[in-house]
Amino acid sequence: MILHTLIDYDTLRVIWWLLLGVLLIGFAVMDGFDLGTDMLLPFVARCDIERRVVINSIGPVWEGNQVWLILGGGAIFAAWPPLYAVSFSGFYLAMFAILFALILRPVGFKYRSKRDSRLWRASWDWALFIGGLVPALVMGVAVGNVLQGVPFHLNNDLRIFYDGTTLIELLNPFGLLCGLLSVAMLVMHGAGWLVLKTSGEVAERSRTAGSVAAMLTIALFALGGLWLGAGIDGYAITSPILEGGPSNPLAKTVALAPGAWLANYDAHPWMLAGPALGFVGALGSLALLRARVELGALLMSALSVFGIIATVGLSMFPFILPSSVDPRSSLTVWDASSSHLTLFIMLVATAIFLPIIAAYTTWVYRVLWGKVEPREIERDGSHAY
Amino acid sequence: MELDVVDLSRLQFAMTALYHFLFVPLTLGLSVLLAVMETVYVMTGRRIWRQMTKFWGTLFGINFVLGVSTGLVMEFQFGMNWSYYSHYVGDIFGAPLAIEGLMAFFLEATFVGLFFFGWDKLSKVGHLIATWAVALGSNFSALWILIANGWMQNPIGSAFNPQTMRMEITDFFAVVTNPVAQAKFVHTVSAGYVTAAIFVLGVSAWYLLKGRHVEIAKRSMTVAASFGLAASLSVVVLGDESGYLTTEHQKMKLAAIEAMWETEPAPAAFTVFGLPSQQDRETHYAVQIPWALGLIATRSLDTVVPGITELVAQAEKRIESGLIAFDALQKIRAAGSSTNIPAEVKQAFEDHGADLGYALLLKRHADDPRNATPEQIAAAAWDTVPHVPTLFWSFRIMVGLGMFFIALTATFFYLSARRTLDRYRPLLWVAVLAIPLPWIAAELGWIVAEFGRQPWIIEGVLPTAAAVSSLGAGTVLMTIIGFAALYTVLIVIEMALMLRAIRKGPEPDDAPEATLIPENLVAAE
Repeated sequence: MILHTLIDYDTLRVIWWLLLGVLLIGFAVMDGFDLGTDMLLPFVARCDIERRVVINSIGPVWEGNQVWLILGGGAIFAAWPPLYAVSFSGFYLAMFAILFALILRPVGFKYRSKRDSRLWRASWDWALFIGGLVPALVMGVAVGNVLQGVPFHLNNDLRIFYDGTTLIELLNPFGLLCGLLSVAMLVMHGAGWLVLKTSGEVAERSRTAGSVAAMLTIALFALGGLWLGAGIDGYAITSPILEGGPSNPLAKTVALAPGAWLANYDAHPWMLAGPALGFVGALGSLALLRARVELGALLMSALSVFGIIATVGLSMFPFILPSSVDPRSSLTVWDASSSHLTLFIMLVATAIFLPIIAAYTTWVYRVLWGKVEPREIERDGSHAY
Repeated sequence: MELDVVDLSRLQFAMTALYHFLFVPLTLGLSVLLAVMETVYVMTGRRIWRQMTKFWGTLFGINFVLGVSTGLVMEFQFGMNWSYYSHYVGDIFGAPLAIEGLMAFFLEATFVGLFFFGWDKLSKVGHLIATWAVALGSNFSALWILIANGWMQNPIGSAFNPQTMRMEITDFFAVVTNPVAQAKFVHTVSAGYVTAAIFVLGVSAWYLLKGRHVEIAKRSMTVAASFGLAASLSVVVLGDESGYLTTEHQKMKLAAIEAMWETEPAPAAFTVFGLPSQQDRETHYAVQIPWALGLIATRSLDTVVPGITELVAQAEKRIESGLIAFDALQKIRAAGSSTNIPAEVKQAFEDHGADLGYALLLKRHADDPRNATPEQIAAAAWDTVPHVPTLFWSFRIMVGLGMFFIALTATFFYLSARRTLDRYRPLLWVAVLAIPLPWIAAELGWIVAEFGRQPWIIEGVLPTAAAVSSLGAGTVLMTIIGFAALYTVLIVIEMALMLRAIRKGPEPDDAPEATLIPENLVAAE
């Protein structure tokens, strides 16, 4: 096959860096409101039927939404194998915590209302809360640690070694800040969803929760940005970048420099659009929640999620996983991708399937359009959650 | 026994894979059965078929969520526990996984919501489309995961790149059309269909024994028996041993399954019973059928099936060849830029590069494979033999069960054609008691295919021991305990909910039919 040489290797790498962003943002936007809804469940819904309304609002869609995470994992594996290998094994216990929580979630949705017992249902409600909180928190903490550099190094065989990434070490102040930002952001987004899909008391409580979460998102995001500029060393490649070079991270040299994570914004001011959208989205969500523009508020919180995640990617570019103990082992866009041919094949597959997925997902959401009403659930018998 | 991180990582992977595979076969088969039942409903307009689709759909849902949950663990485990594997083969292995997500999981997961929640929101045909999308999605996912798995068994279309220290794809089409993958796909999907068919058959038989939901049970049995008969014939006839002659290690797997220590003149005999001993390298008390193995495995009278000893001798030669490649690789890396590599080194790597993985087998015996003694090389060659008694027995029980499934589904197919499904109570009891058997067969099938792949994680390319993450044994042990506890609790809950839903039975239809349909008008399947 020589078709793949139509697009040069480095261009494909940048395209796949963008697609990595699309998939992670796709996950955070689509599954994000599910996670936010799970976190809000015990607080915005008090009695059983209210809780069932909340759960059934995401009942028909959470499975499809979660595929964004599965696809994200698969695409990182296919397009950025070293990133997949280092991050999944380096954050081993964090990943375990996420998986543990995510296993509880589907089971919670499906099994909760299959029995009448109060204890049974209350237990599953808290399992769902954990299933929303833990992934949101831990993923945020992980991103916070990635921004600070992860203690790993590669040997000559490109085997990966870690020098301390226990859960406790991950929970440093900046990591926790990012974790809280992630929680606030997804609670804001989940609240937007609940306001759109429910009515009455549940919607009112969600409106209040969403407003508070939006304000927290703005505050934590601003704090994180200041901290990133002032208190955290960024990374910069100090050797010439080989054009279309092989994916071997050890061929370069890297230096740490204070404020380096903000250097991209000086060089390319248009990148400030990322953080700007993070703020605009959250402010818009706050305003539209108050103004009772329901769909608008949800779209605004999605925009905020987009902006915040894009900010992380843009600040670090071309780094995707810096190493704190051996900076030259850091993974970058130029040396951590799969081969030219694999990137091309995966691009073709994505170009074919992503539009199809978008089309039928849109159709499904249109079919399910409208608020979830208690009587609907009662009528649906064993098929509703 | 001291377990190291390799053993523990294997244990965790096996545990998750075997657990995941408790849910997958039923999802594969039941999704198709639901689609078939609903198609009958849409075509005939008889609401009893809608009731059936809804009832079996409830059971499908209870099973489906655990398949989804554990599937996520499966995907993440490669990176978590097998990071060197992920680096070494991600360029090839990752692509089918990602395409599985794009093509299959999205389809399955997006429409499964509509299947459950869309009964009143969609037209008849609209809902039918959703149901077929779920069935299609789950079957596509089997295709892509088995393309990935087939490549682990028969790694074609790829080459080692010394610059990136990993395998890279050279021919994607070859990876997709891998004959081992195709054989595995048909075999695995058929096994899923058998599982669902026996499940539906058994549960319906129980209703007939209790005299409950008789109409629904009979119709379900008719569908299940015909579907199950076709599937169980396919699973046995198109067993995946058809792929077992394509590569050295697949031949080794076949020889181990048959406990065939020495090569026999063609056509070889099939050992029905025996006590294979790994230590003595022979099979005690063997009872053999002359010719049978040669015929089954090669579909010919004159193709020789090589025995274990001969394959070990071949492995020894490949280790020696691999050492030349290993040495050349060190020189290539020492040379730095590609212009500095001496021509003879380049040539040596080109000639022997395919055996590089065999040199890595020596890592267990010597720090630098190049310093290995002849004894160590011989020991490494014997490492290529999987555990013979396990494979021998797993395979025989699996095949025996396969034969039983043919007999069972054929019997009920006949009874259904004669309209005497409820006449023979002992037969109904056999169907009820048969419910767990397809799961046993499926798990044994996994053991034959994957445990039989050892010591390789990628056959001939990367030994399992070299593929793990550099984690502490204690860390892995902790997650094993965590997963085991969670899996145990969830399977208990799952079984309890399944039994509850079965005891409760189908819900009464909200819009009963105007006319009663006589039993003899059941649509022929």
